[in-house]
Amino acid sequence: MATEVSVAPADASGQDLSESIRVLVPERNIRQDLRAAGIVWRRELIRFRNDRLRAVTGLVQPVLFLFVLGTGLSSLASRGMPPGVDFRTFIYPGVLAMSVLFTAIFSAASIVWDREFGFLREMLVAPVSRAALVVGKCLGGATVATLQGIVILILAGLAHVPYSPELFVVLIGELLLLSFTLTAFGVMMAARIKQIQAFMALTQMLVLPLFFLSGALYPLTGLPSWLAVLTRFDPLTYIVDPMRRAVFAHLHVSPLAAHALAPGVTWSGWQVPQGLSLGLVAIMGLGMLVIAILEFRKTE
Amino acid sequence: MTAEKTADPIPARAGDTGRAGAARAGTAQPAVRVSGLTKRYGEIDAVNGIDFEVMPGETFGFLGPNGAGKSTTIKILCTLAAPTSGTATVAGHDVTRERDTVRRNIGLVFQDTTLDTYLTGRQNLQFHAELYAVPKRAIAPRMRQVLEMVGLWDRRDSLVSTYSGGMQRRLEIARGLLHAPRVLFLDEPTVGLDPQTRSSIWEYINGLKSREDITIFLTTHYMDEAENCDRIAIIDHGKIVAIDTPEALKASVGEDRVQIHTADDAAAIEALAATFGIGAAVHDGAVTFSVASGEQFVPRLFAGLTVPIQSVSVSRPSLDDVFMSYTGKTIRDAEASGTDHMRAMVNAWRRRG
Repeated sequence: MATEVSVAPADASGQDLSESIRVLVPERNIRQDLRAAGIVWRRELIRFRNDRLRAVTGLVQPVLFLFVLGTGLSSLASRGMPPGVDFRTFIYPGVLAMSVLFTAIFSAASIVWDREFGFLREMLVAPVSRAALVVGKCLGGATVATLQGIVILILAGLAHVPYSPELFVVLIGELLLLSFTLTAFGVMMAARIKQIQAFMALTQMLVLPLFFLSGALYPLTGLPSWLAVLTRFDPLTYIVDPMRRAVFAHLHVSPLAAHALAPGVTWSGWQVPQGLSLGLVAIMGLGMLVIAILEFRKTE
Repeated sequence: MTAEKTADPIPARAGDTGRAGAARAGTAQPAVRVSGLTKRYGEIDAVNGIDFEVMPGETFGFLGPNGAGKSTTIKILCTLAAPTSGTATVAGHDVTRERDTVRRNIGLVFQDTTLDTYLTGRQNLQFHAELYAVPKRAIAPRMRQVLEMVGLWDRRDSLVSTYSGGMQRRLEIARGLLHAPRVLFLDEPTVGLDPQTRSSIWEYINGLKSREDITIFLTTHYMDEAENCDRIAIIDHGKIVAIDTPEALKASVGEDRVQIHTADDAAAIEALAATFGIGAAVHDGAVTFSVASGEQFVPRLFAGLTVPIQSVSVSRPSLDDVFMSYTGKTIRDAEASGTDHMRAMVNAWRRRG
């Protein structure tokens, strides 16, 4: 069933009906929701393309960490490194995760902006499901963040990470998963936090601990127990580890050295399989997505 | 001026504007029907049991000071807020039970801009078309139609951030029409715009009626803009205090003011009292008096008054007088105290959260 709406005056008072454009707004269905999710996703890409500054500033921090901090610390860190392994190679997966961390969460921050500038209302009054809007937004944020991560991926050679197509496919997949979960996290918070200052302050407060506790800059073995426990609670840990293992699988290093640097996540001695690790990240992402949808469903 | 209510209000003068008559024609189902609508925020009734109907094709205005309940009503009609009690239907559909159907049938232009200023005009419309699932083939021609209607076709590929305030509002109107809604809601469509832009926005709104088969529901706190409506509801403290055509409202409020310049004012005043039983006095250098229907009285005046008349002016009561007569204050007074009222409402709403 569909409601047909004629644009021409119904009384046909001498108006040329051939000039009118008939618009038929159909009943809500899956296809319509997909179109809605699609345009929300596309808007993220258009805005990212228009906002070159954001793309550039998003690269500053990862590049600083990888090449300034990484290079600066490499002579110090080389004592703990197996021969032939660069410290920059070691932190590369963590920096990759970091490059999407900011972009994904700031993508979600645009919801708070949209609320402040009113555009959110344009979306919320549309005859589409909240789920379509939230999914479109999360996928858009994930795509944009992954594109940002791909720039760092292109710099892989500078960190002595081999340009292997197989490795790149795995890393891009993992970046997508991470970006999706992070955007969902951001969107979930943006549903509740109405002021941009508060949102920014909160993300600033969360982002660095998430990064530092993820094992991005150090191996997860031999840590004091308090730190070991904290790292296991950091969702980022469960994505940085599979990424690092993927990188080390493509390096020419002894299995012993690889194991020392990428030991994998353990829960009181039990080795968490990579599949479970990635599954946890996915489940968290989906869980936060559902919460975000429920939050946006509430009306005044 | 003290306005007295006439004993029998003059009925709406059919054909006066041509619009009111057309709007009343037929017995079609109302475009908007509201009964017993109440919205409570904490202790305060933002909207307190209002009833009204808007007929298809009508331009219906909600007139009242800020904080009177105009925006709350519009929010409920647009499905953005749930009523505490009472019912409302838009285009025949219940706003709480058939939310999506209502949404498909309405267009919205809010007080504050809801455009993405980082996108171009065309991209904003494209976004809207996809959200409302406008058929792909219809998008391009319809987009052109609405953009030309508001005179923005040439600027379609400019970023909205480069648009002036008036252009942005026009783009919002075009966007609100893109999916050919049955009812267009305009919440203070001209607020914050300069007088020239305001009148141009009104030209577009009035032009709409000739091009689209649409009902327009708008809120305003500008008296002069309410004149553009077929019918007006005056709302104050969440209640509708009067509802009728602008003409009828003004007629109900009182009498027209007639001023005449004569050769002998004292004689004229005496003659007026003797011939017509009217008490007149000299104000602003002219003999001034009030009659129920000034323009019909003037011919009788010329016929009946022996004193030579040099000039005549008849002025109708304004909507300001109407507002004053129904609420006991001018809209400006109401705005001043309304701020306190609003603050109380906002606080109540915050406590609720």
